Amino acid sequence: MYTQAMDIPDEPGKKLASVSTTVSDQEAAFEARIDADGRIEPQDWMPEAYRKTLVRQISQHAHSEIVGMLPEGNWISRAPSLKRKAILIAKVQDEGGHGLYLYSAAETLGTSRDQMLEGLHSGKAKYSSIFNYPTLNWADVGVIGWLVDGAAIMNQIPLCRCSYGPYSRAMIRVCKEESFHQRQGYEALLVMMQGTEAQKAMVQDAVNRLWWKCLAMFGPPDSDSPHSAQGMRWGIKRISNDELRQKFIDATVPQAKVLGVTLPDPDLKWNEERQHHDYGQIDWQEFWNTVEGNGPCNKERLATRVKAHNDGQWVRDAALAYTRKQQQRAQKEAA
Amino acid sequence: MNTPALKEWPLWEVFVRSKQGLEHKHCGSLHAADAAQALHMARDVYTRRQEGVSIWVVPSAAITASNPDDKGELFDPAADKIYRHPTFYEIPEEVGHM
Repeated sequence: MYTQAMDIPDEPGKKLASVSTTVSDQEAAFEARIDADGRIEPQDWMPEAYRKTLVRQISQHAHSEIVGMLPEGNWISRAPSLKRKAILIAKVQDEGGHGLYLYSAAETLGTSRDQMLEGLHSGKAKYSSIFNYPTLNWADVGVIGWLVDGAAIMNQIPLCRCSYGPYSRAMIRVCKEESFHQRQGYEALLVMMQGTEAQKAMVQDAVNRLWWKCLAMFGPPDSDSPHSAQGMRWGIKRISNDELRQKFIDATVPQAKVLGVTLPDPDLKWNEERQHHDYGQIDWQEFWNTVEGNGPCNKERLATRVKAHNDGQWVRDAALAYTRKQQQRAQKEAA
Repeated sequence: MNTPALKEWPLWEVFVRSKQGLEHKHCGSLHAADAAQALHMARDVYTRRQEGVSIWVVPSAAITASNPDDKGELFDPAADKIYRHPTFYEIPEEVGHM
């Protein structure tokens, strides 16, 4: 899974701290390393704005993985067969794992797990808006794998070369697992498309509802992405939102054809001159509306997440209490 | 870990041996209340696809790391000691592989 939030500030209107114009030796060394396509590691000096941008991006990415467990998790108990259930459990567990890799990467920048969770639970931190839409039928699970994870892969592969070492290493791990997610989804849809008319209609319905949301996952158009240029400069972002979106569309059209579904965009057609597909207008109004918390499931997702965290508090407390008791016992025996 | 005020599980670094005969390699970190739990969680987080045959977990606080500012002082002196490498020495071809 993936966050669209590269360019989405947690607090709207709040600009990144402006970078001081006097260049210190440390800053010059940092810039030189970035220019040489080198990597920055946790103990290295880095500009405060670089650190802040990474904390925001990596934690939003982590939150997306964790919240992303919810729409698919809803279907674990309703999976149509034991095989599909086992696959879905493995996939949802992977998403949890991805969230953990990413939280760890963000922690190397000096934030804490509790701080990040507080940001998510209070609604201050963003996560990918795609998860604020409901999964209404079983085909949604397949479409999430095929399109949502497909879009995620497009975005995450360039992140494997991110200038910040721990983030890039986490992304390499994530990308290795993501391919399974996309293939299992596509294969589940292929099976449904060989089924009854009703099953085929379910697949088309899921594609109709999720297609435009997937295109929006790549974030606002380049002309409207204030943070993108700085992200590119720092080697945090390697390919622009619009370029990634185009790559995704070009890759998906032939897959849709094999599957036998129609992508719900009358303007979608091959442009011989550009050697790319043209496509219609994305509804950015709806996108921002959902980012701001007013999508169909924002409240439910967050409430479910907070409840799960609170319900687990006693487990975390008990584990710590047990550890303390063990330590005290060991100390007493040693004395 | 002894302070009663501690609310967050401490951080552990995870090292995995991918196969018998190879070294343990750092692969990430995680939070756990104690070593046994850290091992258990490391298995679930880092070896879901048979990535390992053995795991080490080490409290992150127990690691002493070199300071990046000392990089030059620590590592540059080795740069001009090329005689430490076998390619520094020319051996007649007839000797063959040495």
